[in-house]
Amino acid sequence: MKLKATLLGAAVFAAMAPAAARAAGSEGPRGRDGEVRIIYWQAPSILNPFLSGGTKDTESASIILEPLARYNERGELIPWLVDEIPTVENGGVSKDLTSITWKITPGILWSDGSPFTSADVKFSYEYCSHPEGGCAQLTKFEGVESVEAPDDLTVVVKFAVPTPHPYQPFVGNESPILQKAQFENCTGARAPECTEQNFGPVGTGPFKVVEFKPNDVITLEANENYREEGKPAFARMLFKGGGDAAAAGRAVMETGEFDYAWNLQLAPEVIAQMEAGGKGKPVAGFGPLVERLMLNNSNPDPSLGPDERSVVKPHPFLGDPAVYKAMSMAIDRPLLVEVGYGKAGRVTCNWVPAPEIFNSDGLSCDTQDIAGANALLDAAGIVDTDGDGIREKDGVPLKILYQTSTNAVRQDFQALIKQWWSEIGIETELRNISASVFFGGDPGSPDTFQKFYADVQMYANTFSGTDPQSYLGNALCDKAPTPAAQWQGENMSRFCLEEYDALHAQLATTADINERARIARKLNDMVVQNGMMIPLVHRGRISAHSNSLGGVRLNVWDSEIWNVADWHRIDG
Amino acid sequence: MLSYTIRRLLISIPTLLFIALAIFLLLELAPGDPVASQPLTIPPEVREQMREALGLGQPVHVRFWKWLLQFFWIEPQVFIDWLTNGTGPVGALLPDTDYYLPCSVGAGESCDPRILSWQFRSPVMDIVVQRIPQTLWVVGTAYAVAVAIAIPVGVYSAYRQYSWFDNAGTFITMVGFSVPPFFSGVLVIVIFSVQLNWFPSIYDTTHEVTDWDSFLYQLRQMVMPVMVLALQITSQISRFMRASMLDNLNQDYVRTARAKGMTEANVVLLHVLRNSMIPVVTVIALGIPSIFGGAIITEQVFKVNGIGQMLIGAIEANDIPTVQTLTFIFAVLIVLFNLIADILYGILDPRIRYD
Repeated sequence: MKLKATLLGAAVFAAMAPAAARAAGSEGPRGRDGEVRIIYWQAPSILNPFLSGGTKDTESASIILEPLARYNERGELIPWLVDEIPTVENGGVSKDLTSITWKITPGILWSDGSPFTSADVKFSYEYCSHPEGGCAQLTKFEGVESVEAPDDLTVVVKFAVPTPHPYQPFVGNESPILQKAQFENCTGARAPECTEQNFGPVGTGPFKVVEFKPNDVITLEANENYREEGKPAFARMLFKGGGDAAAAGRAVMETGEFDYAWNLQLAPEVIAQMEAGGKGKPVAGFGPLVERLMLNNSNPDPSLGPDERSVVKPHPFLGDPAVYKAMSMAIDRPLLVEVGYGKAGRVTCNWVPAPEIFNSDGLSCDTQDIAGANALLDAAGIVDTDGDGIREKDGVPLKILYQTSTNAVRQDFQALIKQWWSEIGIETELRNISASVFFGGDPGSPDTFQKFYADVQMYANTFSGTDPQSYLGNALCDKAPTPAAQWQGENMSRFCLEEYDALHAQLATTADINERARIARKLNDMVVQNGMMIPLVHRGRISAHSNSLGGVRLNVWDSEIWNVADWHRIDG
Repeated sequence: MLSYTIRRLLISIPTLLFIALAIFLLLELAPGDPVASQPLTIPPEVREQMREALGLGQPVHVRFWKWLLQFFWIEPQVFIDWLTNGTGPVGALLPDTDYYLPCSVGAGESCDPRILSWQFRSPVMDIVVQRIPQTLWVVGTAYAVAVAIAIPVGVYSAYRQYSWFDNAGTFITMVGFSVPPFFSGVLVIVIFSVQLNWFPSIYDTTHEVTDWDSFLYQLRQMVMPVMVLALQITSQISRFMRASMLDNLNQDYVRTARAKGMTEANVVLLHVLRNSMIPVVTVIALGIPSIFGGAIITEQVFKVNGIGQMLIGAIEANDIPTVQTLTFIFAVLIVLFNLIADILYGILDPRIRYD
């Protein structure tokens, strides 16, 4: 029972954490350490995570609003506002996997002093599932039939179908609990009009809002009703937004004006230079974010009509295993990591490289092999017949249109990969599209990544939480974007494999964590080996904190600043 | 003069309506999706619901009409209420009007919806009001400083043409003109914040001036953005001033004035300066709307988070109501200051009469 072991581990860890913190000399009364200053170079626009799914908004709100359970920095589920994580073993999850019962820890108060009850939890579900509300976190409640509150401290979530992973509703920073008393009149179409509530939600978290200036700054102070004695260590918090990643990094590591800077997407040498400033240091964490090349499994020929282009199959040559395997072998991934991401990147051959148990070790791709790639193509009979330096497959020259969004690192990658592919007789035309158009999803635009009017496209994607089931669902046959579905859909490659669909259906009914991991790893291998994508770099996130800030544990599975309550001042 | 002013004001009404329509249609035709900035993990169905919750389902003309109604009818009501409700500047003098019926407190169907931002879900005008002080402090001060430096520099450069002062001035203005603020801003941050540690690199918008020390802090945090902006504006205006002075210094009336035995100071500062000011006044007056427009790049570099930063943020997030409202306010200001510049001509040069 790996889940049980994980949970036990989490419990042990949770029990040990305060001890570790005490060892660092962090004990004392609440608010003893004065002010802490955080800078996010993307400024929060709203403090209601149900109305905006942006990271900047959900993470800033996570200081104030909390879920019932969340993930720690190792991706393990830990109880937060409840006594324990419900499982089938402890009776919290029903045998038929259709309901989960959460027991709220007694004595928790909202920052206004009123008690936190199951009615608030039930209300949060009603708020988000209201059909006119436009709730950004609706997927967290997918499959939920009802949420009941039999008594003040018990919440029962019922699912329409057996749900082997019932830890979606009320788990993680994207599914926090709103106070019923505050938001009661703000449901549905009213939601956007409640400016005061959306800008200053009452929460159970360690801090409460004093003033919120959208896209600029949040001023917070310690919540005197916070459940843990002596926490938070800081009496006030200033959460500044705006500017750019370089300025944020500079403010923490060089001038020391701020204590914590979020998500420093900067060139590796820039970060190293800032670190030399000596006022702070970078920290890295790795979630499941992977920069990858998606291979078009359909035919993107411009001469096809709008209903056929990038819809009809097959692709003239990309479906040949020799072609996509050679393309992958020709890439020097360690060099890409060094050029583009430094400490914030790792070589990966997988679509799902994290959490650890889901990371398949069956594939290897960390050495470039141009000669091997050439030999592979020669052996498959894909050779240059007309002497122009470009190979042909059945008379079709291997000419690739390779598109991505406009971004300095991505354009570097494009240039390098184009060079490597030219060495194996593949000609590449490069194209970059403004990110807002490329990811914009406008069905009228020919340049979206859903339309995929190209042979190869590069971008990064990830999933929230720690369970990859729905993310792996992005490779199912029926998820392919089509004109009939207004080009909506997550299967950008138009990948389609019957065995894959069958195995994914099996995953959806498996509850045992080890078995789930085994299936997920197999699904991952199937996708990579059958030419849906070429994974390139496992990307991490780099943030920085000042030398005098203690208790930072960068978390990529939940809000990055999930443990602000434990932050404290140290000698630095 | 009065009838001219009234005529101009009346003409500006259709002009502004046309501008409003043009802005609206441009934004409508531009590609972009307000929920594009949401993470990829949110599925398309949920995105569609979010779009509908923003009111994107309605036809174009209905949305334009709604916006016009909100901007010209509902927002003024809110403004009048604010003026008279006791917290505004003239609250004590006027009776509380209470025209505006807010929607949030369960008011039913007949409430007045204000222009809501798609990013903040809050009234755009409230955020504008929140942002104006930062912008006026920083950009306004920079403008005042720049004008105060530029005019004497321009006058003296022209009077002593080709002197070392003129040459140095030409060099500095060339540099000021050609170095963009995203370079000069970062340069001064690296020198004065990182190396010397004199000034903060990030502007604190929550800072309140309550006593001498906090005023000094406000000055310290304003120095760098103000200087970076002022360098640019000074360069521009001092060149205009110099050129205009040179045009006038060689005119016959100047020789006549000197021949009459007037002092040099009288000739230059009364006769030449006044005549030279006419084109410069236009440049200065037409630059004033840009103060309210903020300084997009400088605000970003120093994290001043004023109107300019609000506009660029709204454009990035495809927050159409905010972009529409801000650009329209700028249009109104430009039309208004054009008129003011025209009227100022008449005051500076009595020969110019419009009636």
